[in-house]
Amino acid sequence: MTGRTLYEKLWAAHEVEAYDEGVSLLYIDRSLIHEVSSPQAFEGLRAAGRRVRRPETHLAVADHAVPTRDRDRPIADPLAREQVALLAVNAEAFGIAHLPLTDPRQGIVHVIGPELGFTLPGMTLVCGDSHTSTHGAFGALAFGIGASECECVLAAQSLRQARARTLRVNVCGRLGLGVTAKDLTLSVVAALGVTGGVGYAIEYAGEAVRSLSMEGRMTLCNMSIEAGARVGLIAPDETTFAYIAGRPMAPAGEAWGAALAHWRTLTSDQDAVFDRMVEIDAAAIAPRVTWGTSPDQSAPVTGTAPDPATAASEAEARKIARALDYMGLRPGQPLIGLAIDNAFIGSCTNGRIEDLRAAAEVARRGRVAAGVTAIVVPGSGAVKRQAEAEGLDRIFFDAGFEWREPGCSLCVAMNNDRLEPGKRCASTSNRNFEGRQGIGARTHLMSPAMAAAAALAGRIVDVRGTAA
Amino acid sequence: MERFETLTGLAAPMPAANVDTDSIFPARFLLITGKRGLGRYVFYEWRAGPGGAPDPDFVLNQPRYRTAEILVAGDNFGCGSSREQACWALRDAGFRVVVSTSFGEIFHANCFKNGILPVIVSPADLARLLADAEAGAPLTVDLAAGQVLRQAGPVIAFETAPWRREALLNGWGEIDIILNRSGPALDAYEASRRAATPWLY
Repeated sequence: MTGRTLYEKLWAAHEVEAYDEGVSLLYIDRSLIHEVSSPQAFEGLRAAGRRVRRPETHLAVADHAVPTRDRDRPIADPLAREQVALLAVNAEAFGIAHLPLTDPRQGIVHVIGPELGFTLPGMTLVCGDSHTSTHGAFGALAFGIGASECECVLAAQSLRQARARTLRVNVCGRLGLGVTAKDLTLSVVAALGVTGGVGYAIEYAGEAVRSLSMEGRMTLCNMSIEAGARVGLIAPDETTFAYIAGRPMAPAGEAWGAALAHWRTLTSDQDAVFDRMVEIDAAAIAPRVTWGTSPDQSAPVTGTAPDPATAASEAEARKIARALDYMGLRPGQPLIGLAIDNAFIGSCTNGRIEDLRAAAEVARRGRVAAGVTAIVVPGSGAVKRQAEAEGLDRIFFDAGFEWREPGCSLCVAMNNDRLEPGKRCASTSNRNFEGRQGIGARTHLMSPAMAAAAALAGRIVDVRGTAA
Repeated sequence: MERFETLTGLAAPMPAANVDTDSIFPARFLLITGKRGLGRYVFYEWRAGPGGAPDPDFVLNQPRYRTAEILVAGDNFGCGSSREQACWALRDAGFRVVVSTSFGEIFHANCFKNGILPVIVSPADLARLLADAEAGAPLTVDLAAGQVLRQAGPVIAFETAPWRREALLNGWGEIDIILNRSGPALDAYEASRRAATPWLY
C-alpha cells in the first residue's frame, strides 16, 4: 500500500460514512463561531426546532464588528451593537460557551483558538470564515464554510464534503534576514495565482517551513484561501507541541501523553503521492508588497508595478490595467517610495505577539511620519497583555502609533475603523480587494516590519535598508 | 430549500475575472443579521459608481438587464470571503444561475444551499455565453440534463456533482439529508472516537 498524505490521514480519520465516489460525510470536531456568519445559522435552527448536537464543541466570540477603542462604552453603531449582542443571546440559548467583549480572552477567532488550546492537531475545525485555514498550521483539517454549513455543523456535527486533491508546497532553504513568513506567504500566493489552489488541500513543507515559529506557520496557512485553497496544512512537530503544552484547553496529564503519541503520526508518509508539487526557494524571497487588488498581485519591494502592455494575454492586461487604475499607479512605477497615508498592523494574518515584536523593533527607531495615521490592533486580549508586559505598547505609543483593543478592525473594515477614499495603506492584513479597507481605499499588503517601516518613512521602503 | 430544475431567462455579462464576494456584497452591510431583502446591496459600490450616483455603464444598472436571472461571469467568480450574504443578495436580486470557468470554493458550495445553480464551463464556452448575454439572447439552463440551450448556437454541456445536483433538483436540505441517512452512523462514529481520542470529548 502506498503511503498517505497528511490530508488523506485526517480525512480518513473523520469519515463517518462514504456517500459517493470522493464524497463523504465528514465529522467536525470543533467550530469557532463569530457574530457575522452565525445569526442566520441560529435562526435556521430555531425555525426548524433543532437543537445543537454537541454544544461543548463550539466556542463563540465577537471579532469582526467590534470597535477597537472606547470599549468601556456601549458600541456606538446600533447595528454592530445588536449584532454583537445577538451572538451572546444565541450562545446562551443553545448552551454554547461565549467570550464577551469584556472577557480578557476575547480576540479574533483565529488567534484565540490556538491560544486557548482549542485548536489541536488531528482535529477537524470549521468556522464561517474563509481564514479558518489558519488552524491548519497545527496539523488540523480546518476550513472556512458558509452560514448554511455552520447551521449544519451545529445540528449534525458533520458536513458532506468532496475530498480535495493534494498539493505540496515545498519551501527549501532559509529565509534571508528581514524576510518573514508574510513575505513567504505572498510569494506562495503569487506563485500559485488566485486560482492555483482551487480544489486542493495545500501542505506546506520543507526547511523554511520547519524553521517557522507557530506564529509564522499560522500566517502561511492563513492565506491559503488567497490562492483559492480552503485548506492549508503543516505537519505538527516539536515546535507545535511546545506551543500547545500547558494551554488552558489542551490535554494535560495522562491525556497529554496519549494525544502526543497520536499527533506524532500526523505526517505525510515518505512515499505519499501528491497530486501536484510546487518548489519554492526561500533564499530567493525578498520582502514583498502587493501592487494590485488581488492578493497574488505582488512583487519584491525592490520591484515595480507591472506594465499591462507586456502581459501574457489580453485578459491579463485588462486585469492589470484595472488594478493599476484603482490603485493609482503607473505601469513600471517603483514600489519603493510610494507615499502612504495609513498603516495597519494587526489581523488574523499578522496580529500575534511575534508580529507586534517585529513591528515594535522597527518602530523603536523613529516616529510615524507627519500625515500618516498608524494603528496597531492586537489579535487578542492575550496578545495585548503580553505586548504590554514586554513594553511594546510604550514603543508604539512613543513612536506615534495608536494602540487599540483586539478585533479584525481594518482587515475587513466592518467596524468603525475605515479608510477614506483614495487613501493608501501599508497593511499587514490578507486582502487588498477593491474597497476592502473602505470605499476607494488602496491597500498594499506586506509584513509587520515592512508596514512599521513604511509608517515611519511615510512611504514604502525596504525594511532591510532601514536598520539602525 | 429552494429547488432548481430548469430556467429560461435573460443573462447579464460580467466578464471581469476574480470578482470577490466583497465586491458582490460589501462588508459594511454584513452588520445586517437577517438574510432576506439583501438584493438592494448586491454589487453596491459598483452600482453606485465613484460619485454615488448610479453608474449607467455598470451592467446591472442597464435597463435591458434589469430582469436578468443568469449571470455570466469571468474566471474565479465569488473568490475570497465565505460570506453567504453574497448568495442571498444575488438570489434576492433575481439570479438563479451563475456561469463561470471556476468559482471560489466556499461561494460555490453556498450557492447550492440557496437555490442558485453555479455552472462551470470551458473558457471557449464562456466566451460564447458572454456573447449571447451581450446580444440579449435568452438562455435555458437544464440541471437534470446538464445543458445550457442557446438560441444562437449549439448546446453547451456542463457537469454538476451528483450529490449536489440531486439535492438541488429535489430541494433537499443538507441537515435532513445527513440526519435521515446517517443518524446511527454518527452515533457509532462518536462512540469509537470517544475511545480513540478522548481528549476531544
